[in-house]
Amino acid sequence: MTTSNEVTKPVGEARRILGYLTGQLRQVGLFTALIVIVLFFQITTHGITLRPINVSNLVIQNSYILILAIGMVMVIIAGHIDLSVGSVVAFVGAMAGVMITEWHIAWPIAIVLCLILGALVGAWQGFWIAYFRIPAFIVTLAGMLVFRGAAQIALQNQQISPFPEAFRRLGSGFLPSFGTSGYEPLTIGLGVLASIVLIFGSLRQRWARHKYGLESEPLWWFVLKLAFGAFLIIYIAFLLASYNGTPIVLVILGLLIVIYAAVMARSVFGRHVYAIGGNLHAAALSGVKTQRVTFLLFVNMGVISALAGLVFTAQLNLASPSAGSGFELDSIAAVFIGGAAVTGGIGTVTGAIVGGLIIGLLNNGMSILGVGTEYQSLIKGLVLLAAVAFDVYNKRRTGGR
Amino acid sequence: MTTNILEMQGITKTFPGVKALQNVSLGVKRGHVHAICGENGAGKSTLMKVLSGVYPAGSFDGQIVFEDAKVDFKNINDSEAAGVVIIHQELALSPYLSIAENIFLGNEQQTRGWIDWNKTNLEASKLLARVGLKDNPITKITDIGVGKQQLVEIAKALSKRVKLLILDEPTAALNDEDSAHLLELIKQLQSQGITSIIISHKLNEIKAIADAVTIIRDGRAIETLDMHADEISEERIIKGMVGRELESRYPDHTPMIGEELLRVEHWNVFHPIDTTRQIVKDASISVRAGEIVGIAGLMGAGRTELAMSLFGKSYGVKISGKVFKRGVEIDTGTVSKAIQHGIAYATEDRKRYGLNLIDDITRNVSGSALSKLAGLFGFVDDHKEATVAGKYLKSLNIKAPSVDSITGKLSGGNQQKVVLSKWMYADPDVLILDEPTRGIDVGAKYEIYTIIHRLADEGKGVIMISSELPELLGMCDRIYTLAEGRITADVPRSQATAEILMQHMTKERERSTSDNV
Repeated sequence: MTTSNEVTKPVGEARRILGYLTGQLRQVGLFTALIVIVLFFQITTHGITLRPINVSNLVIQNSYILILAIGMVMVIIAGHIDLSVGSVVAFVGAMAGVMITEWHIAWPIAIVLCLILGALVGAWQGFWIAYFRIPAFIVTLAGMLVFRGAAQIALQNQQISPFPEAFRRLGSGFLPSFGTSGYEPLTIGLGVLASIVLIFGSLRQRWARHKYGLESEPLWWFVLKLAFGAFLIIYIAFLLASYNGTPIVLVILGLLIVIYAAVMARSVFGRHVYAIGGNLHAAALSGVKTQRVTFLLFVNMGVISALAGLVFTAQLNLASPSAGSGFELDSIAAVFIGGAAVTGGIGTVTGAIVGGLIIGLLNNGMSILGVGTEYQSLIKGLVLLAAVAFDVYNKRRTGGR
Repeated sequence: MTTNILEMQGITKTFPGVKALQNVSLGVKRGHVHAICGENGAGKSTLMKVLSGVYPAGSFDGQIVFEDAKVDFKNINDSEAAGVVIIHQELALSPYLSIAENIFLGNEQQTRGWIDWNKTNLEASKLLARVGLKDNPITKITDIGVGKQQLVEIAKALSKRVKLLILDEPTAALNDEDSAHLLELIKQLQSQGITSIIISHKLNEIKAIADAVTIIRDGRAIETLDMHADEISEERIIKGMVGRELESRYPDHTPMIGEELLRVEHWNVFHPIDTTRQIVKDASISVRAGEIVGIAGLMGAGRTELAMSLFGKSYGVKISGKVFKRGVEIDTGTVSKAIQHGIAYATEDRKRYGLNLIDDITRNVSGSALSKLAGLFGFVDDHKEATVAGKYLKSLNIKAPSVDSITGKLSGGNQQKVVLSKWMYADPDVLILDEPTRGIDVGAKYEIYTIIHRLADEGKGVIMISSELPELLGMCDRIYTLAEGRITADVPRSQATAEILMQHMTKERERSTSDNV
C-alpha cells in the first residue's frame, strides 16, 4: 500500500503541474513561440540575431508597429477594428513635415499639435462609429482612403526631408550615455530598476491576494515566471548597454505598455471595454456608457496613431505620402497572434506586444537570412493563421460539452 | 415487431472530467408521447444528442435499437434518414429565408438539378396545413412569431418523413395560446402514428399529453412512470426530479410592507421600428418598500417592454409619463441615471442581455457597480472585487468551482444567481425581475424565491414579471395584470386566483374584438 503511494505521488505531482500548464496554454504557448523563434534565428543566423546592434535595431524598427498594436488591441477587445491607422500615420507624418519645415513651428510644439490632430482624427471616426452606429470596418475603411488622400494633399505628392536633429532623436536617438566604454551604466541601471519594479509589483500583488484569502497561481510557476521576466529585462539591458545604450523609443514604448496594461487590466474604463466586447447589450443594461467608451477608444487610437506617425517620420527622417502603408495589417496581425478574439472581449496589451515582437523577429530574422520579401509575406501569413488556428483549437478542446 | 419503437440500452457518455450519463436505459413505445423530465444539467439534452447523432456512435457506450435494428448514427443526417428528428430549444431557422425555403433547407426540391420553386412552395403549403399554419409559404421567418416558427420546425420535421420526433423544451418561449396549440398538434401527430419525445419543465403540459414520463437525475434514469396506470401528480414528478419531497414550492414569507418607493404614472411607449404601434398604454404602477409586486400578462402584452422602457429607455420610442421615487419625480432617461436612482432591471434573457458569458463570475458581479470598487485614478481594487464575488458565491449558493469560473459554463440557475448578485451588489431600492426563474430547475427556483424574499425583507421593492401564474400567486403581495399594453387590474394577494388573473389578462383582447363587432 505504502509503496504504491510512493510511486504514484510524483506521477500525480507531474500530472498536476502539466494540468496547470495546459490550463495556461495560451500564455505559455505565446512565450514559448517567441523563445523558439529567437533560438531558431539565433542558430540559423549564426548568432547575428542576438548581437547588441541587431537587438537595438529590432527595438527601433518595430517600435511604431508595437505602439499601434497597443491601441489596436483595445479597439479589437471592444469588438471593433481600425483599418485607417497606416493612413493616419502618413497624414500625421506629413503634417509634422509641413509644420516643421514649411511653417517653421518649433518641433516640440509641432509634436503636441500632431497629437491633437490625431485626437481629432480619432474623434471624427469615433463619432460615426459610436454615435451614428456605422460599423467600424466601414468608417475606418473610408478613413484609410480619406487620410491617405489627405496626406498626399498635404505633401502635394512630394516628400519632405530632412528634419531637425533633435526631432529625429524621437525615432532613432538614444538616452545620453555615461560610460566611455564597455557596458553603459544608465541602461544597466534602468534594466535593474525595471526588474526590481517587476519583482516588487508581483510580490505585492501576490501578498494582497493572500491577504484577501484568494487562490493564487502555484508558487513554482510564480517564481519561474518572475525569474524569466527579470532575466529577460536584464539580459536585454546588457545587450543594449554594450551597444549605444537605451533607445528613446524604448522608453516611450515601455511607458505606454505599463500605463495601458494597467488601464486595461484594472481601470474602470478598461473593464468597460472588455464588457462591451464580451456582450454589448449586457454592458449597456449594466449602466456602461457604451457610446462614450467606444468614442474615447477611437480618440485614443487616433492619438496613438499620431505618436506612431511621429516616431516613424523621425526615424526615416522623411515625410512621405506612401508612409505607413500596411501598418494596419501588421498591427492587427500582432493583436491576433497575441491571442485576441475576433469577436471581441478577449485580449491583452502584453499579448499584443509579444505578437508584435514575433512579427518583428520574423521580419528581422528572415531579412538577415536573405529570404525574399515574397516568401516573408507568405510565412508571416501562415504564422498568423497558425496562431489563430491554435486559439480556436484550444478553445474547442477546453470548451467541451 | 415489438411495441417499442426505440430502445436505448446502457448509455454512458463522459466529457472530460464529467460523467454526463451513466448507464441510462430508455424504452419508448410506438405511438406514445414520452416525456423526459429532470433538473437542468441532469443529462436530458445530452441523452437526446446521443440519440440524434449529434454525438456520433462510438463517442459513448451502450447501444441504440430503433425499429428493431441496432443503429449507429454518425451524424444528424444519419438519424434523420432513419426518421429521428430533433427540434432544439433554440430554433434553427434562417431568419431572412422564407418558410418554404427553411422547410426544404438541405433537402431542396429539385428538377434536373435546379430548384423547383413551384414544387417547393406547393409541398410547403401542404406541410403547413398539416401543422395548422395558414401563412403563405413565401413569408420570411423573421416576419412570423416564435410560436409559428416552432410550427415551421415541425413542418420541416414532417418533410423528412419523421417517425420519432424529439422536442427539446418546445413551449419554453411560447405563450399559453401557442403552447396549447403546439400540444394539440403533438397529439394530432400521435394519431397519425408519429412517436414523440418531449423534454419539458412544465409539469402541467406533461400531465396533459404524455403517455409515459422518464425522470433523469444526475445522469441516471431514475424511473419511468406510466401516466395512464395510476394517478401521477405533479408533486410526484417533482419528487423524482429533485430526489426529495418539496414541502412547498414557495417558501413561507410574511411581508413587511412600508412606504411607497416607486410610482409610475401614465406611462406610454411606442414600438421602436413601427412607431405608430403603441406597446404600453397609459400604464400606472407603484411598489412599496418590502413589497413584491407581480406583473402578469400574456406574451406580447408589453411586460418586458414596460420594464425596459422604465429602465433608462432601453426599449421603445416616444416614451412619455412620470416616475416618482419616494414622492419626488426622477429622470430615468439613461441606464446609468436609472441605476443612480436605485432602480435595477434583471433581464428575462440572461444570455443575451444579462451576462458577459466569456468573462468570469467576479467581473460579472461587479459589472454594474464598478465605481464602488474604484479608487485612485479610477483603478479597480480587484482583490476587494474578488472578495465581493466570493461573498455572493457563498450567500447565494452559486455552484461553481471558484469566482474565476467563466459564466458561460454555468447552469441556468447559477447564471441567474450571478445576475441577481450583480444587481444586489449595485444595492438598488427597486428591483425589476423579468422572468427570474425562466429555464431554471425546481430546486434552484426555490432558492431564487428565497433570495427574492430576502431582498424584500431588506426593504427593497420588487417588481416581478412572470409567465407562470402559480409563481406570481405564490410569491407576490399584489399583482398587476397587463393586457395589450394596458394595466387592466391591480389584484391583492388575498383575492388573487389563476382564474381571476387570466380573466383580466385577456380582458383587453375580448374588448377589442367586441369593438370590431
